[in-house]
Amino acid sequence: MSRRALSILAGAVLALVLAIVAVATMNLSPSGQSGGGSGTADIGGAFTLTGEDGTIVTEADFVGKPTAIFFGFTFCPDVCPTTLYELSGLIEALGPDADKLNYAFVSVDWQRDGPAELARYTSSFDDRIRGLAGTEEQIEAITKAYRVYYKKIPTDDGDYTIDHTASVYLMDGEGGFVGTLSYGEAHDSMLEKLKRLAASA
Amino acid sequence: MRFPTYTLIAAMLFAATPALAGDYTLGKLDIDRPWTRATPPGAKAAGGFVTIANSSAEDDRLVSASAIFAGRVELHTMDMTDGVMKMRHLPDGIPVPAGETVSLAPGGLHVMFMELKEPISEATPVPVSLTFEKAGTIEIEMSVAKPGAPAPENHKHMHDEGKN
Repeated sequence: MSRRALSILAGAVLALVLAIVAVATMNLSPSGQSGGGSGTADIGGAFTLTGEDGTIVTEADFVGKPTAIFFGFTFCPDVCPTTLYELSGLIEALGPDADKLNYAFVSVDWQRDGPAELARYTSSFDDRIRGLAGTEEQIEAITKAYRVYYKKIPTDDGDYTIDHTASVYLMDGEGGFVGTLSYGEAHDSMLEKLKRLAASA
Repeated sequence: MRFPTYTLIAAMLFAATPALAGDYTLGKLDIDRPWTRATPPGAKAAGGFVTIANSSAEDDRLVSASAIFAGRVELHTMDMTDGVMKMRHLPDGIPVPAGETVSLAPGGLHVMFMELKEPISEATPVPVSLTFEKAGTIEIEMSVAKPGAPAPENHKHMHDEGKN
């Protein structure tokens, strides 16, 4: 009797788990935005974030110009400032072509980085790099869409650091994925990629 | 004939590195090119870099660092695997084996300054204290490069296109 009750319970639990997995998988599947056509990796998609001045920024704001988008956080001592410095140098090297692209720095640290923190932080780099902040849900959504890995790692003192994907994603004018700039890639190689992206604009 | 040549070389060597913060010696440790980067406004953390050469026959270890401008200073490593940046605290410090040179540099080992009390500014070198297990403690000054700069600047205080 109790064994049967147990198996019913187990069945119910299993069904619930399957349902959760099904819903989660549905959430994970692409939203249909930015199809990236056939053959291109399914990276990118719809997002809603907040710009440095507090206004809402979505993928629609970037349509029409290709975009270089990077994920990081302001507590990051090395790779984030290094990448933003590098990107600033590339923007300068592009000259007038630089204005054919959008540049975005998305903070995955939804707990500590708001629009004000990002505005202050990006002021040290090229003005054209826009800091974007989001809530936990919004950051979850965009990192899933862009297949960006990020994970909070607690530190001894109760603080935390964040492991995160450090590549710059290059998207075309319709929001389709084109390629990446990787950390440590040669300046000339990155410049070449951005020039090509600007030429496609 | 020889003497002037050496003098010339020595003069050239000195002339080549005038603006870098000093290089230091602590026992058999050479502590060279200490530098850090100016922090963007509001940044709470910064990385410090230095090259340490151990010419003694004994292993040593950088066990801790401290700085008056940071609430907390730790020794960290950073690792980039498959495009993912991972940073970790090294509670046991950074080994400096006998006869070897260890570089703390962007993309890898660094002194991690946290809870910055004030921004690190490009104009002013910052004092930092490094403590080694065997060689003891030394006070050094780190030169300050631009935010995110990949290397220390050879010419400090250059009035370049400052966009701040």
